[in-house]
Amino acid sequence: MKKWSILLVVCLVAMVILSATIFGAGMIKVGIVNLPPEESGYRQANVEDMNNVFSKKNGYDAKQTNTMDNSEQIAAAKGYIRDGVDYLLISAANASGWDDVLKSAKKAGVKVILFDRSIETDPSNYEAALLSDMAYEGNTAVDWVLKSVPKPINLILIRGQLGSAAEIGRSAAVLKAAKDGKLTIVADGTGGDSWSLEEARKVVEAAIAAKKDFNVIYAENDGMAQGAVQALEAAGISHGKNGKVKIIGFDFNRFALRNVQAGYWDADMQCNPRQAAEISKWIKSGKIPKGIVYQKELLFTTDKITDKDIEQWGINADPGKGVITR
Amino acid sequence: MPRLKANLSHLSHLFLPLSVLLILIVINLVKGADYFSITMVNGAFYGNIPNILFGASELVILSIGMALVTAASQGQDISIGENATITSAVFVLFVLNAGEVTLFTILAGFLISCVAGLVIGAFNGALVSVFKVQPMVATLILFMGGRSIAFMIDGKLSPILANDISNQIGTVIPGVPIQTPTILTAVFIAIVAVVLKTTNLRLYVEAVGINPSAARLNGINPKKIIFLTFLIMGFCAAVAGFIAVNKAGRHDSVNLLKFIMMDAILAVAIGGNSLSGGKFNLTGSIIGAYTIEMLNRTLLRLEVETETIKAFKAVFIIILMVIASPVVRVFASKVLDKAKTLVASYSIRKIGGLNNAVVSNTDTSGKKEE
Repeated sequence: MKKWSILLVVCLVAMVILSATIFGAGMIKVGIVNLPPEESGYRQANVEDMNNVFSKKNGYDAKQTNTMDNSEQIAAAKGYIRDGVDYLLISAANASGWDDVLKSAKKAGVKVILFDRSIETDPSNYEAALLSDMAYEGNTAVDWVLKSVPKPINLILIRGQLGSAAEIGRSAAVLKAAKDGKLTIVADGTGGDSWSLEEARKVVEAAIAAKKDFNVIYAENDGMAQGAVQALEAAGISHGKNGKVKIIGFDFNRFALRNVQAGYWDADMQCNPRQAAEISKWIKSGKIPKGIVYQKELLFTTDKITDKDIEQWGINADPGKGVITR
Repeated sequence: MPRLKANLSHLSHLFLPLSVLLILIVINLVKGADYFSITMVNGAFYGNIPNILFGASELVILSIGMALVTAASQGQDISIGENATITSAVFVLFVLNAGEVTLFTILAGFLISCVAGLVIGAFNGALVSVFKVQPMVATLILFMGGRSIAFMIDGKLSPILANDISNQIGTVIPGVPIQTPTILTAVFIAIVAVVLKTTNLRLYVEAVGINPSAARLNGINPKKIIFLTFLIMGFCAAVAGFIAVNKAGRHDSVNLLKFIMMDAILAVAIGGNSLSGGKFNLTGSIIGAYTIEMLNRTLLRLEVETETIKAFKAVFIIILMVIASPVVRVFASKVLDKAKTLVASYSIRKIGGLNNAVVSNTDTSGKKEE
């Protein structure tokens, strides 16, 4: 009788362990704290990518919270730690205020990986951060300007939201090149907090009205590049492949890439929203790097870009081959 | 004589917007004498003035609606940019799903977006008029959620509206020398002017705005009138959204007409309207809207540093508003009255007539009440 009961207990334990390995070990539990897709086209692609990669199909049991409110984000992160997730992926709405959460995650043995946005904290509080290197983006774009715009280079700089990481990184390269005497900034404007197409248009219109001579427009996102080109069109100034003014935008919206492909614009610089695949690779291989890792990002020009590139790297709606978005 | 006086008093309402506009024009002319020069580019007028008319189209239309809402409901609609984003999302959705883009589909899309605008207006209007929610609080709902709604309508993408007709609505129609948005704005203003001339809308709105209870006692239903102004606002938002999305050529639910309510409210204020309702002056609002556009461009023209441009705008507006504030105006009119009475008493002493003095006194007190 005693023998039987021992056997029964052993069987039960074995079953529990077995079921745990089937249901638990098969799935990697991930908590994702992100911003909402309606924040921007970039975020939309980012959230979609996270959903695709961290899916049941790929062996993840992922929960996601998308909010612009930092305190809601922190509450969600705490919830995930309590749930006992294995990994916590964070793109923070606000760079500060995360110390306590990150420490409690560490204590609970949850590995924290930051993506897209950094957090102001001690690097020991998280495993790794996969970010876009805005300075690299700026440098690559300015290198292109220096190489492909005929000298003397007279540039109109259209900044994004002043003080944002993207604006600082992308402007710095231009300002440095101007300081080194490699190019002249004839007009320095901004699209404002909403990276506004209309404001960008006004900046270029003001430069035209002031009879400024310029041969390149450096707009820090695609919408503003579009606004700038609208101003050129209305004033009858040629641009693009065979035109007087060269156009470069940022972010890899598909409409922008189609414009580049058609020679309506000249170049576009990537800001890659697709960190998920790389992070998944880290998790699956168990080799998570330490500290900040920058993504590789691309610059496409009219002669280099292909349909496949637009399909693979672009974000947002594709107007179709040969369709120019004016 | 009374008619002349009425005309003058009408002009005095426009004193603020016109003086602000004048200051800006002077600054611009000092900066460069060619400010008003207009050239032809590709068969269309090009220059500072056409650019201002083009750039301010949405703002002008929205500030007309804002002036009406302000007058009747004694508060502001802060969701106008979001409303325009939603209605234009509806427009884009219809056009992209209608297959081939023809003038008819664009027109049908526009009408449907107008219906969407009216629905939004009805929502806001019902909250304000029936449920007596403060306008700013009521419209806060769509201000917060509107862009998400537009984002859902867009199918979580920024759809592209790259077709010739949209492009022509957003820029110029070949053969027409004036930009299409400018023409649409002019038509819109004309329609509003005709409506105000032929109906009692102005009287009713002002009556409700000045004193809703008194209006009700006189047979005007304040609820209906406030509701109606929000409906008109919704229609304005639909037209503005239509112009904005055709200008941009794609629907960016995140940034389309963002923060435009600030400028619209400012346009109403610069137009000499009281933000606490009552009498309103649409001409003033329209001039105010163009003034703001001109101010934005003037700051760019003066090459104010990028980092400080907003501060400059704020300082400029504060100075303008203080100069034009009722306190200063009352003070100025008091000083003027004093000067007048001084002159009058001087002349009375000279002539020795008492009747004249009485007449002039009643005259000035009448002015004060204005």
